[in-house]
Amino acid sequence: MKKIPIMLTVLGLATCSGFALAEADATRGAATAAVCMACHQADGSGMNIPGGESWPRLAGLDAAYISKQLHDYKSGERSSASMMPFVSMLDDQKIADVAAYYAGLPATKGKGSGSADEATLKRGQQLAERGDWSRYVVSCKSCHGPGNQGAGAVFPGIAGQHAGYIKTQLQAWKAGTRKNDTQDLMGSIARRLSDDDIHAVAAWLASQSASAN
Amino acid sequence: MIRTLSYVALSGTLLFSSIAAATDETTQQYINTLTELGYPAPKANELVHIPPTMEDLENAKLHPELKRVIRRGYDLFTNTQQLRGENVFNNMNCSSCHMGEGRMPFSAPVWPAAVTLPNFRGKNDHVNNLEERIAGCFTYSMNGKPPEYGSDNMLAISAYHQWLAKGVAMYPEQPIYGRGFPAPDRPKELRYARGEAAFEENCSVCHGEDGEGLRVGNQTVFPAVWGDMSNNWGAGIVRVFTAAGFIKNNMPLGQPNSLSDQEAWDIAYYISNQERPQDPRYTGDVKDTLEKTQERFHKHSMYGQVRETDGHILGDHNNTGEKPFLKPDSVRPRTFE
Repeated sequence: MKKIPIMLTVLGLATCSGFALAEADATRGAATAAVCMACHQADGSGMNIPGGESWPRLAGLDAAYISKQLHDYKSGERSSASMMPFVSMLDDQKIADVAAYYAGLPATKGKGSGSADEATLKRGQQLAERGDWSRYVVSCKSCHGPGNQGAGAVFPGIAGQHAGYIKTQLQAWKAGTRKNDTQDLMGSIARRLSDDDIHAVAAWLASQSASAN
Repeated sequence: MIRTLSYVALSGTLLFSSIAAATDETTQQYINTLTELGYPAPKANELVHIPPTMEDLENAKLHPELKRVIRRGYDLFTNTQQLRGENVFNNMNCSSCHMGEGRMPFSAPVWPAAVTLPNFRGKNDHVNNLEERIAGCFTYSMNGKPPEYGSDNMLAISAYHQWLAKGVAMYPEQPIYGRGFPAPDRPKELRYARGEAAFEENCSVCHGEDGEGLRVGNQTVFPAVWGDMSNNWGAGIVRVFTAAGFIKNNMPLGQPNSLSDQEAWDIAYYISNQERPQDPRYTGDVKDTLEKTQERFHKHSMYGQVRETDGHILGDHNNTGEKPFLKPDSVRPRTFE
């Protein structure tokens, strides 16, 4: 609940709507979330689908971050054929509510790291915690915060996210098909990551647990 | 061409080594990566040193106890906030300014201190050793009180510096490639308003509209660039050219050399016009302090200057931030008499 004022501020900036939204309501959000559950599940755990389109865990993510992504899908800043029909059903109030709902759920476990070997996880941990400055890859945690649990409204928690989702998103940034980050902060790093590195860091992050915010 | 140059650069340390050829190739790759990022290639006579990593430490032939101490130094360097309230009184880590764990060129890599000190420093007008140099960072950049000379923490931090310098000859005569925060040429004119706009556009997403940075729990994610939680008026980075050099070479994070020289300088000028904790050398009067420190230090800072936007005299206060004292005992002249 403490994050809601921040979220409203961000919403206000993002939409420049000039009218105040009613306070975000997680209970109302739960009803709205009925349309999300087929993929993101009732508990917000999403699903790791190897080789397919993985659905991210939303449970416990920052409300303002979720809200921004939904607005970005609506405006076309971020594209996803799967998300498009659903976001078109959501107005600003519903976005605020559903974001508050998922943010308030306890974080579930990341999946998809099971098959990674020790060397892969070690490399992943290095990238996540220390980076690889020999290629000017800064660590994930330098923006995503201690333990990669997320930092503020802009940098989401990525520890305990599904490996399949992290992997496809990093690949999308690398390819330039996702670019709704601020100032290309993620894109510029993703372009320096090899496919092996993306695999490694996704596996390691998925193996970590997310703390609920 | 560069291959030859880097070979010359390395010759001081590796000329007679059987691995010189392989190292030369590694050095070439290192330089290629840096030049692709927009950094200049080393000049013909410059010393290029690739500091070892923490992975290298695990494989090094060193006493296990020394490895443990170097690891502690690394840990203190990258999470200096663990000394909060004892030695550190703001939101800074060593690695907030010394990027890449103190290893990156053009980001004031810290290993040169281990091979060029003891030496005379104009800033305090006497000969400093490595510990005193590190103490300076705690005193000014961390707005704090240095760990005692010879203490476990001071030794561990020193050991980490020295480890990063592994293989470099003491007192090298060649200039060091990427030392400090080399500033681009100063543009003809610096403008506050332009700096403010550029800060908001390029920096505020991480460092905040008011330069306050971002903390999560008791850890710093993005350091404060001004205000009580930032470095005090005595830190090297309050010099506008040093700030401009840091910004141009290192910011935004992950995108070095992406800002124009004008933008880097304007942002540096804007940040330099904001308040921060008092210089520990404060005598109780900003004009008097400026008189005593200007020649050696404040010639290039905005300390004691009038801010053009509102007439505020910068540094005219006795605010020491979170630190409950002005000057740590370690700030004292040495005369060797």
